[in-house]
Amino acid sequence: MLSVSVTHRLGDFILDAAFESEGGLTALFGRSGAGKTSLINAIAGLYRPDKGRIAVDGVVLTDTATGIFVPAHHRRVGYVFQEGRLFPHLNVRQNLVYGRWFAPKATGGGEFDQVVELLGIGHLLSRRPANLSGGEKQRVAIGRALLARPRLLVMDEPLASLDEGRRAEIFPYIERLRDEMRVPIVYVSHSIAEVARLATTLVVLSEGKVAAIGPTAQIMGRIDLFPLTGRAEAGAILATRVAAHDRHFGLTVLKAAAGELRVPRLDLPVGAALRVRIRARDVMIALQPPEGLSALNVLPGIVAEIGAGDGPIVQIRLDCAGEALVARLTRRSVETLGLVPGKQVHAVIKSIAFDHHAFAGATPGTASADAEIAEG
Amino acid sequence: MQLGEIFRYTQRSMGFLTFTQEELTAIRLSLRVGVWAMLGSLPVGLIIAMLLARGRFWGRSLLNVAVHLPLVMPPVVTGYLLLILFGRHGALGAFLSDRLGIVFAFRWTGAALASGVMGFPLMVRSMRLSIDAVDRRLEDAAATLGASRIWVWLTVTLPLILPGIVAGMTLSFARALGEFGATITFVSNIPGETQTLPTAIYTFLQVPGGETGALRLTLVSIAISVAALFASEAVAQRATRRSLGF
Repeated sequence: MLSVSVTHRLGDFILDAAFESEGGLTALFGRSGAGKTSLINAIAGLYRPDKGRIAVDGVVLTDTATGIFVPAHHRRVGYVFQEGRLFPHLNVRQNLVYGRWFAPKATGGGEFDQVVELLGIGHLLSRRPANLSGGEKQRVAIGRALLARPRLLVMDEPLASLDEGRRAEIFPYIERLRDEMRVPIVYVSHSIAEVARLATTLVVLSEGKVAAIGPTAQIMGRIDLFPLTGRAEAGAILATRVAAHDRHFGLTVLKAAAGELRVPRLDLPVGAALRVRIRARDVMIALQPPEGLSALNVLPGIVAEIGAGDGPIVQIRLDCAGEALVARLTRRSVETLGLVPGKQVHAVIKSIAFDHHAFAGATPGTASADAEIAEG
Repeated sequence: MQLGEIFRYTQRSMGFLTFTQEELTAIRLSLRVGVWAMLGSLPVGLIIAMLLARGRFWGRSLLNVAVHLPLVMPPVVTGYLLLILFGRHGALGAFLSDRLGIVFAFRWTGAALASGVMGFPLMVRSMRLSIDAVDRRLEDAAATLGASRIWVWLTVTLPLILPGIVAGMTLSFARALGEFGATITFVSNIPGETQTLPTAIYTFLQVPGGETGALRLTLVSIAISVAALFASEAVAQRATRRSLGF
């Protein structure tokens, strides 16, 4: 249980944000300059906010009203920095055990081996940080923070300095932290793909303020937040399970509350849970169940909301058996089809739209889904 | 040639490199003064370098000027100021000799003090530059891992500034070996007590036939400086490799 409320003035910028979270991975999402890093720096105790209260699992770390300010080194808030910040004069092993020195003594042994195994860094232990790749550095940085036995882990865009391939390398490890180690995580990101894949709770920050907070799927389905969640990349998240594999055509059938989806074959067992992100720009709207169409995925639904504004592009939220789906249409199409809230429609999604951006990883408590699938 | 002849010949040519007692004393004293000047100014220099690099307090620029004064003032002036302050009847000198039994005036300790003061700005500068170069975000990282400020300093800051400390110590030692003006003003030129290499060379040049001794000591002086440079270079290189992590 994490409860954060911070008001702080930095020159012209005013951070005035509050959120609560029940564990899992809480993503702070927003553009650069939205105050994400300032907020987690306050949680880590790197500065004293003008006003605020920060508590983790009932332990008050900052409370300006009563004058409580636990210094950073007594907080046990692990911090994974964007640039890793490994100590250059120590090798990987020494970096990893650095925090353990100061941490309360462990109840059981084998923790070091467990973390090293979890992060796959056993072969790097005697190396110096200068001789590590970006992805390796970040894994060591995560291990170092974990071994200090934090009550909370904060991560500041840990993947931002990595290329696409290295990012894919780290994702599964963060999912394992969330699901296996059960460390509460506050994760700062400006990438909607990362957030969609990892976040349990999503906090959208804009200009120092919380614009929205809620379960990830719910927030991503809100079209009023599209300006903040990024128009082109924005999309709804569907919780699905692998229902079957179609060997003949190399497809996998995913079952969601909204209906069935056919996607290029995924290397996952039947029954595995998977989040699928469907970008609004990949969704078409039809009034009748379409015939003679190559697209495989048609989900029936009801128009729930039509976005405001008078630009050429309009966002539409559909209610598909209780799940939100968002579509991006031209204003002309909306008028031609006579779309109004309450109208029955069919959402059409090409299977090809499910490239590797779409799969948001396993939901908590299930096998990790490191989906890397070929296009086509 | 007989073995004995070779021996005598070698001995004759080696005669040049045979030091007199007076010269040996000057060499020993110089080394002692240099080492003590360096070691004595090390803790003070490190604290002041930290204060100048990190401190935000009133009078910081004043302190900075004070530290650099020996670099820009004539050494004679520095020596005279030391005499006023630390002489037997000086404000600090009287206190130190009465209360603690430490006497600087006309003792080798005074030579070490004068040399230390003259090398101090060089030492502080070198240390301060390396402290400024430390990535402070690494110190934040150490704090989030549970290290208190003193532990952060010992385990992160200190190892990273080690090359700068070594360079500062070398400069201080080298300056102490070469120090002349402040030393001769403060503690004079007493053989066996305050006569270091430079003052000894100077003395030899004042007496007829003293050139050989002066030349010998000059060579020794060069040898010590070169050795000190090499040693510090080796240590600094190792420290740099460590702190950059190659």
